[in-house]
Amino acid sequence: MAQITLDKLAHSYFPNPQGEADFALKEIDYVWEDGGAYALLGPSGCGKTTLLNIISGLLVPSRGRILFGEEDVTQYAPEQRNIAQVFQFPVIYDTMTVAQNLAFPLVNRKVPRDEIDKRVADMIKVLDLGDKANRKAQGLTADEKQKISLGRGLVRYDVNAILFDEPLTVIDPHLKWQLRTKLKELHHEFGHTMIYVTHDQTEALTFADKVVVMYEGEVVQIGTPEELFDEPAHTFVGYFIGSPGMNVVPCSVAGDRLQLGGQEIALPRRYAPLEGQVEMGVRPEFVKLSANGEGIPVSISTVEDIGRFKIVRALLEGRSFNAVLPEGAEIPAEASAVIDPTRIGIYHDSHLVRGEA
Amino acid sequence: MNKVQNNKAWFMVLPVLVIVALNAVVPLMTVVNYSVQDTFGNNVFFFEGTRWFSEVLASERFHGALGRQFSLTATILAIEIPLGVAIALAMPRSGFWASVCLVLMALPLLIPWNVVGAMWNIYALPDIGLLGYGLNWLGISYDYTQQPLAAWFTVILMDVWHWTSLVVLLAYAGLQSIDENYYRAAQIDGASRWAVFRYIQLPKMKHVLTIAILLRFMDSFMIYTEPFVLTGGGPGNSTTVLSIDLVKAALGEFNLGIASAMSIIYFLMTLLVCWLFYTITMQGEKS
Repeated sequence: MAQITLDKLAHSYFPNPQGEADFALKEIDYVWEDGGAYALLGPSGCGKTTLLNIISGLLVPSRGRILFGEEDVTQYAPEQRNIAQVFQFPVIYDTMTVAQNLAFPLVNRKVPRDEIDKRVADMIKVLDLGDKANRKAQGLTADEKQKISLGRGLVRYDVNAILFDEPLTVIDPHLKWQLRTKLKELHHEFGHTMIYVTHDQTEALTFADKVVVMYEGEVVQIGTPEELFDEPAHTFVGYFIGSPGMNVVPCSVAGDRLQLGGQEIALPRRYAPLEGQVEMGVRPEFVKLSANGEGIPVSISTVEDIGRFKIVRALLEGRSFNAVLPEGAEIPAEASAVIDPTRIGIYHDSHLVRGEA
Repeated sequence: MNKVQNNKAWFMVLPVLVIVALNAVVPLMTVVNYSVQDTFGNNVFFFEGTRWFSEVLASERFHGALGRQFSLTATILAIEIPLGVAIALAMPRSGFWASVCLVLMALPLLIPWNVVGAMWNIYALPDIGLLGYGLNWLGISYDYTQQPLAAWFTVILMDVWHWTSLVVLLAYAGLQSIDENYYRAAQIDGASRWAVFRYIQLPKMKHVLTIAILLRFMDSFMIYTEPFVLTGGGPGNSTTVLSIDLVKAALGEFNLGIASAMSIIYFLMTLLVCWLFYTITMQGEKS
């Protein structure tokens, strides 16, 4: 086990990348702590699988270095890096039994036979596959197969990290949380560094201690689930995390005054003058609707009753603007939005700007 | 809902039944007919029961042809299947060269069988053929028209040249269906090249290889045109395999009874081997 350092890492699939746009993964500098549970979150094609393949060694980055502990492993092949990887589709060796599948990585590494037997028996117990240990792996259900894929990584006690590439995609919804709980358990039990790639925010937020959000090849924010919710560093993080996502509308800011929809809102911080595109972002959870004309006028288009709360979808100056109201709240006919000023984020060219207190 | 039973639909199958009857069942029945009768001409037939069958089964000539047939087929399978798999493994998995390889591989399959026989007949001639002349020039005494071993070698080489491609194409198709992640996972599991072949590639190729073995078995078991054009079954009887012997009996000697009995035995053997092979492979699948 080791801490993993990404040192000015970048990757392009072109042999001679010209500009920023040619990079599938833009420069990233980060240290994954030993024993941490990380999620790489982002939409398809954002570069998260590229990053994962660089860590596992299936891909050599165009630039930068990757270190396991103090050791530079940039040029190492996957088998030299001592990592495990679980793929989107379960990979099992059809002709082997469940136990043989689990023993395979150990047999390949010439671990003594009695040690293999002991570890495989332990792993079968941990994965609850006891009754299936001696049957052919072919014909098992997708979640059982995925457990085997995972188990093949875990039997190697000394792996530096376990990487997951959207491992629950093919699993039935009701089994997804079971497997995810199992993963958390195993993380606590074995303390491996785990890096989990997904485009599903629920998976990422429930699995990880820290979530790395990627967008168009760039890491836009790394933080705990709370940080991502409370203070998105990029408008994309705001949209992508939370349901519905953050409201982002163009506005103008002068000092500690925000101009929006013909109204002025006093902000708790002061901002230096901003050139270019300025937007304000606020989570729908921090928007209230008022009937007495206080706040900014909005026109309500639909109301979705989710049970414990209501999602009000509205338009503010022609742009979508949502509010989440508690169960039983009145929806005024002539509504205006009251925004909690302490929860407003100011975004300059999509990036969060922190004002002065 | 009531399912409507309409037996008139069976009439739709009638044309096919008629065609199959005319081109397969009726000729087969004539053979069955000849195999239990004898004739001295003038369309007069005498019932002979199982006489021809006992004669064929007891004849040394048939044993010889059968023995040669089995050794030819076994040799061909033993060479073509591993060689075909090896070539498929060595071929590039994608890109320009993959297409070039596929076209080159398909070429021998497009040549008519008698042309293949004629090509090799000339190619292997010791005085003017490139192969025959070349071998003799190297100091190896080679003349397929005189030496049984040379004839045998040429027949096998010709078949390997002609048909290994089929195994290659089938195995290649099997390999192409393997997801990239299997190789990645195996790499991460530290699997050796051999382990990748044994536990990933071979199991995934199992079905296409079953088909390849069946096709190559049937084709080589019924081989006629190429050895007939190349050696005509000679020198002596050394390359007279079942089909060549059968044609000699039926059309050369006009022994209709013997030839018919041979045909039926021959047919049943092919059927039996295919059935056994198929059943055994499919059984392995279930357990």
